[in-house]
Amino acid sequence: MPNMSLKKNEMPSQEPDVRNKNFDEVALGYTSEQAKDEAERCLNCKHKPCVNGCPVQIDIPAFIALVKEGDLEGAYNKISESSSLPAVCGRVCPQENQCEKYCVRGIKGESVGIGRLERFVADWHLAQENNNTPQIEKNGHKVAVVGSGPAGLACAGELARKGYSVTVFEALHVAGGVLVYGIPEFRLPKEIVRKEIENLKAMDVEIKTNVVIGKSISIDELFEDGFEAVFVGSGAGLPRFMGIPGENLRGVYSANEFLTRVNLMKAYREGSATPIQNVKRVAVVGGGNVAMDAARCAKRLGAEEVYIVYRRSEEELPARREEVEHAKEEGIIFKLLTNPIEILPDENRIVGGIKCVEMELGEPDESGRRRPVVKKGSEHEIKVDCVIMSIGTSPNPLIRDTTDGLDTQAWGGIITDDDGLTSRKGVYAGGDAVTGAATVILAMGAGKKAAKAIDEYLADR
Amino acid sequence: MYKIVKKQELNPTVTLMEVEAPMVARKAEPGQFIILRTDADGERIPLTIADFDREKGTVTIIFQVVGATTEKLNHKNEGEFIEDFVGPLGVMTHTDGLKKVAIVGGGVGSAIAYPIAKKLHALGAEVHSIVGFRNKELVILKDEFEAVSDKLKIMTDDGSIGEKGLVTDALRVLIESGEQYDRVIAIGPLIMMKFVCKLTKEYGIKTVVSMNPIMIDGTGMCGGCRLTVGGKTKFACVDGPDFDGHEVDFDEAMERASAYRDFERKAHDEACNLFKGVK
Repeated sequence: MPNMSLKKNEMPSQEPDVRNKNFDEVALGYTSEQAKDEAERCLNCKHKPCVNGCPVQIDIPAFIALVKEGDLEGAYNKISESSSLPAVCGRVCPQENQCEKYCVRGIKGESVGIGRLERFVADWHLAQENNNTPQIEKNGHKVAVVGSGPAGLACAGELARKGYSVTVFEALHVAGGVLVYGIPEFRLPKEIVRKEIENLKAMDVEIKTNVVIGKSISIDELFEDGFEAVFVGSGAGLPRFMGIPGENLRGVYSANEFLTRVNLMKAYREGSATPIQNVKRVAVVGGGNVAMDAARCAKRLGAEEVYIVYRRSEEELPARREEVEHAKEEGIIFKLLTNPIEILPDENRIVGGIKCVEMELGEPDESGRRRPVVKKGSEHEIKVDCVIMSIGTSPNPLIRDTTDGLDTQAWGGIITDDDGLTSRKGVYAGGDAVTGAATVILAMGAGKKAAKAIDEYLADR
Repeated sequence: MYKIVKKQELNPTVTLMEVEAPMVARKAEPGQFIILRTDADGERIPLTIADFDREKGTVTIIFQVVGATTEKLNHKNEGEFIEDFVGPLGVMTHTDGLKKVAIVGGGVGSAIAYPIAKKLHALGAEVHSIVGFRNKELVILKDEFEAVSDKLKIMTDDGSIGEKGLVTDALRVLIESGEQYDRVIAIGPLIMMKFVCKLTKEYGIKTVVSMNPIMIDGTGMCGGCRLTVGGKTKFACVDGPDFDGHEVDFDEAMERASAYRDFERKAHDEACNLFKGVK
């Protein structure tokens, strides 16, 4: 008999007023008992609606059935058939909008905790010593992957499994892309990312750090060097600013810079070589997951008051529900329907405050969300010593500027067909570089799809 | 890991290093820069490329010991390794069509100005170099500049070599004497570049400066290196580092450059203490 409890097994987590002072992971993961109990909630539906909600089509009921049986290695292998980074996805996928959204148990009660189970299985696997990687016979074809973020890693993993010799080029000194510079330690421990990447290396994927494609070497030169296909997963790294007065004052960061200092360069650690300002009152402008990450990092760095300043209402916050809840629990203050119009200097010409107006929601705009309009006479000032701009990013121009014949959108995204093929023969692309800022799993899905297309393209050669 | 194949002290605080980095050497051009980390826990710092040898696969950097990272770097010896070394980054200095150019270098900035002078000389342009230092002890690349310059003016604060005065004094004299430059290229401390630009604006001579702001990734990702040029926000790492000096907001750039001064001073002191007794 399945477990008919209407509620998911709760995720054991650090208490809010403890965790908002450290960078350790917030969610602690299921115990074996909790995992088994949660797995029992799966009805093993024949039509598997959850699978269609998964961008990489993991056979969810099958892996959960193996968890029920206690065959965790089997469960891991089942997930690995479809996903290259299960420990990452189990943590950062927006499951509530994907697999769990379609779970039959969710019609009456809560859906099965699919993400939590995926994480449990992946963590169990990573904890085992002597993970034996299957030896794969090489097919003699060379493929280059640009960028070691989720799209690139997924593409590299897929191709390596099919026998391709894959080289991943990374501009930074460490592989992982947004998984290491963007998403904070307390949401995705860097050790997990490192282990997932070690798994890829064990499959003979070569990772070359400190290479900026478009600068150190161009796409055309990759072909000259013997690569037969190239996958571009260079992400959407360029931060946007609002263009309001005071934005270049000291104390104003892009979310990218703030998070990079904290996550990649470990500025939160005592004795870090990379500095971060000692901030007390912080305004994070924006309402997405990145804004939540920045706000929660600022809190952990010792800021007394951290505000999320967002121009629409709570309903329109683009961040995951869970991230918003976590932020609130940790004491982040939400200034909704509020929009900054100027950043004000203090007497030393460092950020001293942020001038805002209140907004109200008018008619829906082209995105379908109600357009915020300024409330007359609502100008007010919030005293802060740091402002973090988290209003989105654009694709990096380095590749499009140095690759002839690569068609891009007016806003910079690389144009591809449904399989990820660009306007250049043998050049594929996917992830944020194509779609603009989206999620880890969508980027992985695109990487995987392109890998399939590259395989078909090269199989004929 | 990137091997240091040559290390040479140019003056008591400025060091030259030739580093094995074939990927960088293959594409490097004057005006571009690299980012390095000395060791696994180090910070990322940008340094402009001073020279390169495509055949040998090496890139030369010249740096002044100003902070913790440059202190650590300066303690590395020939045969030792630099953890990370990535580039070439940024856009190369445009030299096309230039016939007569004044190159102005201040302090260690002269090291960055030199490869541009060299390239212009090789392209057949008339090169007038004006380099400024505090005193004779600190002069670098004198012979090198001499070899590629049709005129060379060395300026020092105390007159211990060359003439006593500022680089702007020498530049004004040259311009007043009737020299007609298609361009002035100025590289050095922000304050020097600001005043060179003030001067050349009076005479309407197009002036290019090389900006070296605080930077992390060097590929356009962090936006830490942003500056205002002609009223617009630009990123020095991907839009620069060269900009039209008459359009740059130097006062803002100077403020931004000082963002971590206290931290840097403390880190440098700690690094120095670390090396006490090691030497």
